[in-house]
Amino acid sequence: MSNVTKAPGKTPSLDKRTTEAPISPADTALAHLRGRALEANRGVPLNLDWVEDVRINTSAVERRAQTLGTRRTVKKDWQAAWLLRAISCMDLTTLSGDDTDERVRRLCAKARQPIQHELVKKLAIESLEIKVAAVCVYHSFVETARRALEGSSIRVAAVSTGFPAGLSPLPERIDEIRRSVEAGADEIDVVITRAHVFGGRWQALYDEIASFKHACGPAHMKVILGTGDLLTLRNVARASVVAMMAGADFIKTSTGKEPVNATLPVGLVMTRAIREYANRTGFAVGFKPAGGIRTAKQSLEWLSLMKDELGPSWLKSDLFRFGASGMLADIERQLEHHATGRYSADYRHPLA
Amino acid sequence: MSIVEQFVTMDYGPAPEDPREAFAWLDRRSRRFGHFIGGAWQVPLDAKYFDTTDPSTGEKLADLAQGSASDVNAAVKAARSALPAWQSLTPHARARYLYALARQVQKHSRRLAVLETLDNGKPIRESRDIDIPLVARHFYHHAGWAQLLEQEFPGLTACGVVGQIIPWNFPLLMLAWKIAPALATGNTVVLKPAEFTPLTALAFAEICQEIDLPPGVVNIVTGDSSTGEALVAHPDVDKIAFTGSTEVGRAIRKATAHSHKRLSLELGGKSPFIVFEDADLDSAVEGLVDGIWLNQGQVCCAGSRLLMQESIAELLIAKICDRMNTLRVGPPLDKAIDIGAIIARVQLDRIQGLVDQGVAEGASCWQPSIPMPSRGLYFPPTLLSNVHPTSVVAQQEIFGPVLAAMTFRTPTEAVELANNTVYGLAACVWSESINVSLHVAAQLKAGVLWVNCTNLFDAS
Repeated sequence: MSNVTKAPGKTPSLDKRTTEAPISPADTALAHLRGRALEANRGVPLNLDWVEDVRINTSAVERRAQTLGTRRTVKKDWQAAWLLRAISCMDLTTLSGDDTDERVRRLCAKARQPIQHELVKKLAIESLEIKVAAVCVYHSFVETARRALEGSSIRVAAVSTGFPAGLSPLPERIDEIRRSVEAGADEIDVVITRAHVFGGRWQALYDEIASFKHACGPAHMKVILGTGDLLTLRNVARASVVAMMAGADFIKTSTGKEPVNATLPVGLVMTRAIREYANRTGFAVGFKPAGGIRTAKQSLEWLSLMKDELGPSWLKSDLFRFGASGMLADIERQLEHHATGRYSADYRHPLA
Repeated sequence: MSIVEQFVTMDYGPAPEDPREAFAWLDRRSRRFGHFIGGAWQVPLDAKYFDTTDPSTGEKLADLAQGSASDVNAAVKAARSALPAWQSLTPHARARYLYALARQVQKHSRRLAVLETLDNGKPIRESRDIDIPLVARHFYHHAGWAQLLEQEFPGLTACGVVGQIIPWNFPLLMLAWKIAPALATGNTVVLKPAEFTPLTALAFAEICQEIDLPPGVVNIVTGDSSTGEALVAHPDVDKIAFTGSTEVGRAIRKATAHSHKRLSLELGGKSPFIVFEDADLDSAVEGLVDGIWLNQGQVCCAGSRLLMQESIAELLIAKICDRMNTLRVGPPLDKAIDIGAIIARVQLDRIQGLVDQGVAEGASCWQPSIPMPSRGLYFPPTLLSNVHPTSVVAQQEIFGPVLAAMTFRTPTEAVELANNTVYGLAACVWSESINVSLHVAAQLKAGVLWVNCTNLFDAS
């Protein structure tokens, strides 16, 4: 197996380094990073050097993460705009044991109309046609969701591969993916075998993810790392780079079922890994923090993390998603406050 | 611009802090201040005043009294007569005053932060989250020392009357660094704030009144370098404590050499920021943001000399440039900006002059293409590479947002280059290897050493 030892495209010389180059209207690249066009990830052969090279200083990462919310803030109209952007990047999610078809249909209705009509009018944002990016459900509800979202551009994402633990036999996990794709899922959220990370079995991890990608076919694959299980930031960074090499379209923090889910330090490490991978390969991988993001204020912190670490391409649902549901209610209340100067009780906003 | 347009651009937009309360405070004082001597406000004896301005707008903020030798004399007399009573207090009683000062600083923290930003030009985020909280922390911490003085320092006596001269880069914090320990250990003080930034010192004087600090324990005399000279020369001052430029520090040492006065000097730096190949490079870059672009680089211990291991130099430079492209330079009162205004025209010219000289000597100068304010005293974050030890930008403290970068091959060479300086204030080492980081750190000739971090301050 040949390894890719030199990334296509050397780092530009000092003189030519500028902010985002002007993008021509005909530009169809998936993303731009510091003026360079990036494509969708096709994966690369496993390069163990890239895994071994990882160096993460936990204290320094925590220090940077701590001031993300204090160094940046958006107010007034800009805040309203950012909150709307957050909604457009949401994967509205229900993954509960008590889910039923009707519960999923209700969620899909909210997905199509995340902000109540009166508020849309007050904000004068009808032209934006705000809706969420996707609805995320268990396989059993893929068909229900697909039908309920027919005609909208909202995607159906299915969690898969033995979510959340991911410990069923591999053939069954792969079958699960195929069944969801056949049922109409546009996106598949897979979980990795955390044990491979703890054991440093990078080839096994790579092969597993590559086989998931193959089973996905045309569907996009988000790889859930289970950062709440992986615990160390070094593990998170290494698992990120293997997942990307194996062909992940998105890397996702957590299942939402872990004791601690998406945190800013984890997000910082993963976005830096995405940037490194993009610089080395010219491929753009998306990022999805999931679980533990409940407030409008948090959504703004995550958006400014993406803006400052990766750039505007990662402020779009192509490359950034929130795995959240409760957050939508807080955003609606914040938008209501922007429009009226008052906070409303949450029962005044339609239930998801 | 409507919400619809902002949805597309995803700009940060303005996020201004409200300065009205600080302006109201200035207005209540009629924007004209005397000296704070013997617990009361005194009109300057020769009725001379000077201005302080906001460097981001050029607008005048207030008139300050120009301290004459007679004003200094009055202040020293007040400090001397307050001394016996202050020293005869129990340690606990002195601790309570220090504690009360800390509490009042906290109560007025928002107003103090805004005043600091108006006078100095530093981002409001820094004055709000770093400067003012550290000021309160220093007074709390030294309240503790005051309480424990007799147990912890048995047999030692206070200096007496201390003359303190502080710089403009962290005005209220430098005041706290001087006054808190001096008071805790039973001294009385005469403090001269920097000419560029007297306002928070005067607000502090008001706090001394609020807590009924015994008159004469703290005296604040404003003025320029001549005021400082008068304080240094005054025969009844027992100790001079100075923080500022090496040049002035030398002058003070000469001026006090023949006298009985104790002296402490905290002067300049050209601190090395050493990055090894096995460092967390992204974190090292964030360290640089805190090291050289905090406070517009106007920090005595700023990591202004980047030493990079050769094997990772190109990659590190690329990362630094990418990061510099995301720095935001703008109005200091904006809560979402990273870099504010330079303190004064003379400093701005000095920075530009040193950069020009560096380039003339062969350095490559790179500055990001980021929006810069059209008025006010601003200097963009700057990276000088291809710098050698012979260059003026490697030897002289620039005191601006300018990073000078060079490479090294081995840990031994890193130490050699790091120590190749007349300064020795601080240094930091970035490496994920315990062996390398501790071995190198132990060899660096600097007073403060940081490993995998920089500019971390605490009262302890």
